[in-house]
Amino acid sequence: MDREILNELTVALQKGDAIKTQKFVKIALKKGYEPEQILTEGLVSSMNTIAEKFKKKQIFVPDLLLATRAMNAGIFILKPKLKKQLFSPIGKVLIGTIEGDLHDIGKNLVKVFLERAGFEVIDLGNDVPVNYFIEAIKKFKPQILGLSASLTTTMYGMRDVIKALEKEGLRENLLIVVGGVPITESFATGIGADIYDMDGTKVADKAKEKLKCSNF
Amino acid sequence: MAKVTFNELAINNLNDFVYGHAPKKIKFDNGMVIGGGTVYPEVNFTLPPMQVNKNTISKAYKQYKEMTEGVCQRAMELQVPGLVIEIELVPDMTFNPEWGIETTKIVKEVMNEYQDKNGLKSLLRITPVDVREGNDLEHMWRGKHWDLVMDTFKGCAENGADLLSIESVGGKNLHDDGVMFCDVAKTVFSLGIVAARDMEKLWENIVKIAEETNIIPAGDTACAFANTSMVLAVRGMIPTVFSAIDRVMCAVRTMIANEQGAIGPDKDCGYEGPYIKAITGTPISMEGKSAAVAHNSFCGNIAAAVADLWSNEAVENKRLLGGMTPEICTEMLVYDCRLMNQFTASGNNLLMRDMLVESDSRLDAHAYIMKPSVVLNIAKEIIKGKTHLERTKIAAKAAVQEIRKGFENGSLELNERELNYLNMIDSQLESIPDNEEEFIADMIENNTTEKFDPKKYDIA
Repeated sequence: MDREILNELTVALQKGDAIKTQKFVKIALKKGYEPEQILTEGLVSSMNTIAEKFKKKQIFVPDLLLATRAMNAGIFILKPKLKKQLFSPIGKVLIGTIEGDLHDIGKNLVKVFLERAGFEVIDLGNDVPVNYFIEAIKKFKPQILGLSASLTTTMYGMRDVIKALEKEGLRENLLIVVGGVPITESFATGIGADIYDMDGTKVADKAKEKLKCSNF
Repeated sequence: MAKVTFNELAINNLNDFVYGHAPKKIKFDNGMVIGGGTVYPEVNFTLPPMQVNKNTISKAYKQYKEMTEGVCQRAMELQVPGLVIEIELVPDMTFNPEWGIETTKIVKEVMNEYQDKNGLKSLLRITPVDVREGNDLEHMWRGKHWDLVMDTFKGCAENGADLLSIESVGGKNLHDDGVMFCDVAKTVFSLGIVAARDMEKLWENIVKIAEETNIIPAGDTACAFANTSMVLAVRGMIPTVFSAIDRVMCAVRTMIANEQGAIGPDKDCGYEGPYIKAITGTPISMEGKSAAVAHNSFCGNIAAAVADLWSNEAVENKRLLGGMTPEICTEMLVYDCRLMNQFTASGNNLLMRDMLVESDSRLDAHAYIMKPSVVLNIAKEIIKGKTHLERTKIAAKAAVQEIRKGFENGSLELNERELNYLNMIDSQLESIPDNEEEFIADMIENNTTEKFDPKKYDIA
């Protein structure tokens, strides 16, 4: 079987063209490719290439996002035909910006990188009160909680969330990642967070690593 | 105040487009004249890491008092001809207007004391936080959030503010999405329709408050918009050409404050300020190299080229070897201004301006679109538009053309990735329909989400 169609699929995905990606997935299916092969050799391998290019700063965030969107469009076609569920999230992350803080583009970017790394991410948005975090943790039972703050006057809200989690007995089986413009490593450590990186693009890798080492 | 539409440039000649001088200078009772030839420092400072609530508010007041004393003392020692202090209220001080008002009183009291005892001329800019966001936002122009913003403006205006500003956020969520995907149509819609409509309503009311209290409605900034793009571009996450084109589009949006009656100086973090000055003639505040305490940029020198106030953006109160950070920033700004003013005094201000320009403009697209000659070329096109949407599209198209021209004649360095995006942005612009209603209907259909509800802007 010639690989031309998979090559075309790769090009479409890497260009972030969701319509063409779907088109080539359909053609590949018609030509008799197994759905699993299209998924792994067409979509996933192309996406891995994109992710590598992003890490090397050879492409921009929009390229990454558009390729992700194209991959998801391709998976949408393949999903009913797959023999088994090939993708299960590597972990669940609850993420939100601290109460009183209305900045969220940094948090949104981190969310993208976490999803790209295979996490299921539940986004509580910005200006999230402490009790919302607590209720959401009880409801969604994530392994990781991401807290974001962009102001010197809201960063201590992260400490309040962590204290409330301790009080509720919810802290033990939870990794906490913190970030935002005024946050430093020593601040993160000081309030009892588990994961921090000044560079939001590195948070997903760190979270993956920490989760692997934990028992939850 | 009746709405004004700017259909002509206030500055036509490149030699008239220089720091310190604005066609519509503003004279104050204390003798300061902004845009009258002298560049003044505008110092902005904020609290150190601390929570602001009813238990800590007295500590916050004490911090503001001490920071203001430190800044005034240092400014006096350095013999400044005048000083502007800006307080960007923290969110809790807009959610609780009485705290913002009390902070205004405290800061102004110190400034008055230095003026009376030591002759230190100063002005206070108060910038409430635009809190019109979040899940419980009822509507952009009515309800609790709107009332909080207006109450804060009114209270601060009555209690010591000389200049009123805001970093308004109407259309921001939509714009954030536009930036993340470099989606030009969405960006144009967020700025040319959504933000534009919000700016009209918001500034109509701010101007009214300023008129009633006899103070200055100064201006807005695209901080929540083009600064997001600029910082992401500096970090290599989006192309600099997108941030540059976004900045020029934002000029149309920020200028709406002036159309509603704002008379400057606009907010420091509005790097679109040169466009506002060229078109409206009002003085502008700018920030650049001395704002590295707050964020990075690729336009630290060029930002000063046509500035009338020179700012540090914001610094949190911390102790360094040279003293407390607000005092240190004051000193840095004072020396920057002193040098620029000395060039003016010696008749060499255009030389200084050109050195500020040439040292940055070749290296980055965002810096390039701040080049005074480029600003005048693009501004000339913007004013041909009849509506805000049309002006936004013209701004983008003219910016694309100027950037391309700059690259082709060797005035601007761009790599292949950036050039690809420039072409992509150009073709995206072509696909936006000319019919405003059709465009709005299409955008609403595809972009109404939990984060953007057109009904909150009375669009739909």
